Amino acid sequence: MNRRTVLLIAVLGLLALVPPLAAAFNQPFYLDLLRRIMIFAIAASSLNLILGYGGMVSFGHAAYLGVGAYAVGVLAHHGIHSGWLQWALAIGGSALVALAIGAVSVRTSGIYFIMITLAFTQMLYYFGVSFQEYGADDGMRLAKRSQFAGLIDLGDATSFYYLVLALLALTLYLLHRLVNSRFGLVIQAARSNEARTRAIGLSPYPYRLAAFVIAGAICGLAGALWVNHTAYLSPEIMNWTRSGELMFMVILGGIATLSGPLYGTLALLLLEDVLQGWSALPKWVTEHWQLYLGVILVLVVLYARRGLAGLVGGRHE
Amino acid sequence: MILFAEQTLNGLQLGVMLFLMAAGLTLVFGIMNMVNLAHGALYMVGAYLATFFFQETGSYLLAVVLALAGTLAVGVVTEVVALRTLYERDHLDQVLATFGLILFFNELIAILWGRAAIYSSVPAWLSGHLELVAGLRYPLYRFVIILIGLGVAVGLWYVVARTRLGMLIRAGASNRTMVAALGVNIRLLYTVVFGCGAALAGLAGLLAGPIYAVQPGMGELVLIQVFVVIVIGGIGSIRGALAGALIVGMVDTLGRAFLKPMLATVLSPTAADSAGPAIASMLIYLLMAVVLAFRPEGLFPASR
Repeated sequence: MNRRTVLLIAVLGLLALVPPLAAAFNQPFYLDLLRRIMIFAIAASSLNLILGYGGMVSFGHAAYLGVGAYAVGVLAHHGIHSGWLQWALAIGGSALVALAIGAVSVRTSGIYFIMITLAFTQMLYYFGVSFQEYGADDGMRLAKRSQFAGLIDLGDATSFYYLVLALLALTLYLLHRLVNSRFGLVIQAARSNEARTRAIGLSPYPYRLAAFVIAGAICGLAGALWVNHTAYLSPEIMNWTRSGELMFMVILGGIATLSGPLYGTLALLLLEDVLQGWSALPKWVTEHWQLYLGVILVLVVLYARRGLAGLVGGRHE
Repeated sequence: MILFAEQTLNGLQLGVMLFLMAAGLTLVFGIMNMVNLAHGALYMVGAYLATFFFQETGSYLLAVVLALAGTLAVGVVTEVVALRTLYERDHLDQVLATFGLILFFNELIAILWGRAAIYSSVPAWLSGHLELVAGLRYPLYRFVIILIGLGVAVGLWYVVARTRLGMLIRAGASNRTMVAALGVNIRLLYTVVFGCGAALAGLAGLLAGPIYAVQPGMGELVLIQVFVVIVIGGIGSIRGALAGALIVGMVDTLGRAFLKPMLATVLSPTAADSAGPAIASMLIYLLMAVVLAFRPEGLFPASR
């Protein structure tokens, strides 16, 4: 095991200790905050598969958060509360949407890819905004969280927390296996040098498209978790700034590293939380925290190119 | 028929406004190979500065001049401080850094003028209506926007195709190393191009002010439409930007105006009521997907 793996396991272990500590210090807020962070870490990790390993700069990854969230919300709206059904639809629906979007956009590259993924997400966003039946831009409440027939109760904050943690660990493990498989090597090869990949007889398109669909499906799961986390959904989940945030989480943590997106999400959302709410900071900081976040973002991109995972050292995993 | 003519003019008006934004964005991309999300922020800066100076000075023309100069200055400073180092980076870094700039500018505007929309007015001599043909009365201000937009299009064509600066711009777009080797100060050229693009975005913003809401974040809504425009038109091409802008302006405006009644003839009124606006707002993105599927380089690819 290299240093990075040890650190990742340590961080996951610390995350497992949060519920008893939060209970001991009577700070349920942190349980909520870290659960939110872990859900976004799953989404950011899925983005990292295509953005980092695949070299596909998707500026529309929030679409799949939205599809996953709406799959749960719409079924619940029609009185279907079975979690199995809802989550299966969230994952399958996101995969299908990713297949449709990917089929067109993966053919393009560079700036065109960035803009076409953005445009498709906007399309879904406006679809959500104008769909009166499901709340339009006001959104709608989730009357009941996903039901898993006595297996696990998502209404219980601690069990939901551990479920999210387990799913995060599972996602990271699956991505680890995927990236180091033959499939993963092909998408990384296509990122490094497309011409050579073709020359050894591999067409990158189907591999890239498959990676795009897998990333969409995992992100759909994160969307299903998110709507259960907030018990509310609105098209804002698909806002293009959300896609930008997801990208920033990946970059901040360290692109194309297994653990990077988790660290990036932790760092970004904790930073947001501190800038917004830490009472020790003067009011002119907390009130206009986005100003400072913007500056920090620019500085990170300009000067800290390897991200947080790069600090630990070692080769790319 | 009158309604159709009026909506066509509205589409034209939206189209030229999108063109003012798209021209700068597509030049910056074509020459510097740079994705600039902060272009929408400059649009917002233009709108705020014009509104502010109009209130302070009482003279609309003076306010327009000051706002254009102000946006140009903001654009040049942004370029020199932050964007210049990004030209050599990949698109991912550019997207993220300019995304950070958007957060910065939106919040800065919120600090200076508050989060609520501010009221922006048209001077008395530009309000009122114009009777184009019998029965078709069209707002004078919107008509002036169309004229200004078409004027800028002609002017830009002249500058790019007929002047020395335009020659350098075209040369820089096709081979920047060569241009630099021939002794042209390429950094200065970049700054000039960026500043002009910023001023055009500011012009679009100050024209848009009295029609749409002047508020923080106003730039992002139009920015994404402008992306659609330049992708449809072909990235890096001014001609493409004009064609794309007019197409998008028309499709969006006419779609919003006529899709619902058209759907109502085939669907039930309630279905048309809910589906009409949803499809109308997705129309330009659908159009972009179709264009990209058949012409991945856009309608008028920049010749390289």
